[in-house]
Amino acid sequence: MKATCWYGKQDVRVVNVPDPKILNQRDAIIKITSTAICGSDLHLYNGFVPTMESGDILGHEFMGEVVEVGSEVKKLRVGDRVVVAFPISCGRCFFCKNEKYSLCENSNPNAWMAEQFFGHSPAGIFGYSHLTVGFAGGQAEYARVPFADVGTVKIENGFTDEQVLFLSDIFPTGYMAAEHCNISRGDTVAIWGCGPVGQFAIRSAFLIGAERVIAIDRVPERLQMAREGGARTINYEENDVYDLLMQVTGGRGPDACMDAVGLEAHTPGPLYFYDRLKQALMLESDRPMVLREAILACRNGGTISIPGVYGGFIDKLPMGALMNKGLTIKTGQTHCQHYFKPLLQRIAKGEIDPSFVVTHRIKLEDAPHGYEMFLHKEDGCIKIVMSP
Amino acid sequence: MSQEERLANGLSIFGIGLGLAELTVPRRLAKTIGVPSEHHRIIRAMGLREIASGISILMQRTPTAGLWLRVAGDLIDLTCLGAAAMSKRADHRRIAATTAAVVGATALDFVCAQQLSRGVRTRNGTMPVTVSLMIDRSPEDLYSYWRKFSDFPSFMKHVISVKPTGERQSHWVVTGPFGATVEWDAEITEDRANELIAWRSVEGSDVDHSGQIRFEQAPGGRGTMVTVEMHYGPPGGTLGSAVSAWFGEDPNQSIKMDLRRFKQVMETGEVITTEGQSAGRSTSTSIQYDPAVRR
Ligand SMILES: NC(=O)c1ccc[n+]([C@@H]2O[C@H](COP(=O)([O-])OP(=O)(O)OC[C@H]3O[C@@H](n4cnc5c(N)ncnc54)[C@H](O)[C@@H]3O)[C@@H](O)[C@H]2O)c1
Ligand SMILES: [Zn+2]
Ligand SMILES: [Zn+2]
Repeated sequence: MKATCWYGKQDVRVVNVPDPKILNQRDAIIKITSTAICGSDLHLYNGFVPTMESGDILGHEFMGEVVEVGSEVKKLRVGDRVVVAFPISCGRCFFCKNEKYSLCENSNPNAWMAEQFFGHSPAGIFGYSHLTVGFAGGQAEYARVPFADVGTVKIENGFTDEQVLFLSDIFPTGYMAAEHCNISRGDTVAIWGCGPVGQFAIRSAFLIGAERVIAIDRVPERLQMAREGGARTINYEENDVYDLLMQVTGGRGPDACMDAVGLEAHTPGPLYFYDRLKQALMLESDRPMVLREAILACRNGGTISIPGVYGGFIDKLPMGALMNKGLTIKTGQTHCQHYFKPLLQRIAKGEIDPSFVVTHRIKLEDAPHGYEMFLHKEDGCIKIVMSP
Repeated sequence: MSQEERLANGLSIFGIGLGLAELTVPRRLAKTIGVPSEHHRIIRAMGLREIASGISILMQRTPTAGLWLRVAGDLIDLTCLGAAAMSKRADHRRIAATTAAVVGATALDFVCAQQLSRGVRTRNGTMPVTVSLMIDRSPEDLYSYWRKFSDFPSFMKHVISVKPTGERQSHWVVTGPFGATVEWDAEITEDRANELIAWRSVEGSDVDHSGQIRFEQAPGGRGTMVTVEMHYGPPGGTLGSAVSAWFGEDPNQSIKMDLRRFKQVMETGEVITTEGQSAGRSTSTSIQYDPAVRR
């Protein structure tokens, strides 16, 4: 089959690889009909995630048709149309039983390594470095899905791929990040980053009952899409974000601040080069400009929600502000499976149509060009869907 | 105190002694090691460094960082010796001898630091390991699965087979360092239903091995806390343990992974793997990351 493979920094290629096989009896094999490129893939593409191996198959946002199941698969049948969650979860451990699927204790055969980095291992993830298993990903024609009964949601007819594909990651991710904002009536939520995750976070915040959402980015078409979702916007290159946020909140600050940017944040001015240099010298692995700004802007007693991905260490975190202002931090890889049913219902009721975020549709063969276009935000690119 | 920690202390006391000599009689020392005596200031500085890292090892509960400091210092010393050897007035025979001694010390420091970093703590020539993991099954289920012994190979990486040979006896075949196989007979020394199983190799075995597993009901219906304690006297004693740890076999880690796979079997039904999956390369990398694949 054809698959998108990682061969090094900014080097992905679509090559022929062997078709996937059932390796565990709870596996299913999916014939992929749609698959997307995620902002998280860009961290791999740019070489910021350790333990990638040349030849790893990328991709963790995909859906398709079940073509084979292992003997221990109970619910899925060959022919079912399913969306696959990006965390791999056993469904039986303490965390899975509590629906904290991205913290599954049984899906990472390389747990010892993650333990050395993080103290404990999170769940395995498709196509996302050997630290989190190195399971082959889904930017391909077929994929092996471990614990398939737990990791998939069945789609009955009536929806297009683009309406349901993002249940695999970014819709639940934006939604969980909004839930993490602890929203109550009258709340203002500030969201840094208007990439696909930010876009879903904006709409989710409104679904949950936020009064106002203020979205921050610098890319015009992303800010435009944020406004279409009902947000007010701030272009961080043209304005002082802190000052503007204070102006629109009567000096109090947003009730919740969300970092939907993560470890590759960009900032105009010298601080960017300070962090870029430290990252290059491996003195810090992640660039935390957004996190710093969010902590300073957040109102006293407010909440910081962090869906943006971090991998290692950061420098100059304003711990004093965090503590003295009594802030709460909520974060994590998304527990997608927990959100499958309720979000599918919201789609069915017409409360949201996730296909709004798609700007480009390409063939799987063109994945390398897709990565480049998404990275450089060329041609108004916000979300790319590929079909094998 | 473990043998590694004792070695660390020994190295630090040796270092402090050497440091004092470097600090007080640098010229005489320069002559002994074959370096022109105008370098006495550098030698004094080296002495200070020796003393500082020595004290930092002695003062800490875990001397690992201090030992790595020693390794760094050794490398600086070697560089300085190299530079001194370029000088015409140096005594090259003596410098060569000194370099050999420092290389030896560096190797010792490095091995010791490496062992401590990996958490290897040898006592009386055996490596005691204790690991604990929460498993979401009842003590009864876990006990009865474990009590059979014969299923160990499905989740214990090093174990090739365990065959029950009597009510309380079993025969173990295990891979040792460098792919050699080691065999012994073990007997159960204590057996409390749903609570505890203890075993040890019978007298006269090649390997001195004993172990114990405890099952304790976790509070709040959260399953069972399983604790494994093993003592494993590798063939070759301390040196054997140093050598096997050297090649990536951190005993703590490997027993913890064994226990983790036991948990996978008990909670999910089998051991999850990536070996055999598709990739855009001709060789598997699973082996590099997943110790279970590397049999
Ligand atoms: N928690 C999870 O489970 C999860 C799931 C999916 C994605 N993510 C992470 O969420 C983050 C966003 O994903 P995405 O797909 O939207 O990525 P993206 O790269 O498309 O979007 C990031 C956006 O942040 C903007 N940005 C950069 N610096 C900024 C700054 N200083 N202030 C404001 N905006 C800034 C960029 O212009 C860009 O539009 C990534 O880190 C991704 O890894 C997390
Ligand atoms: Zn993603
Ligand atoms: Zn689980």
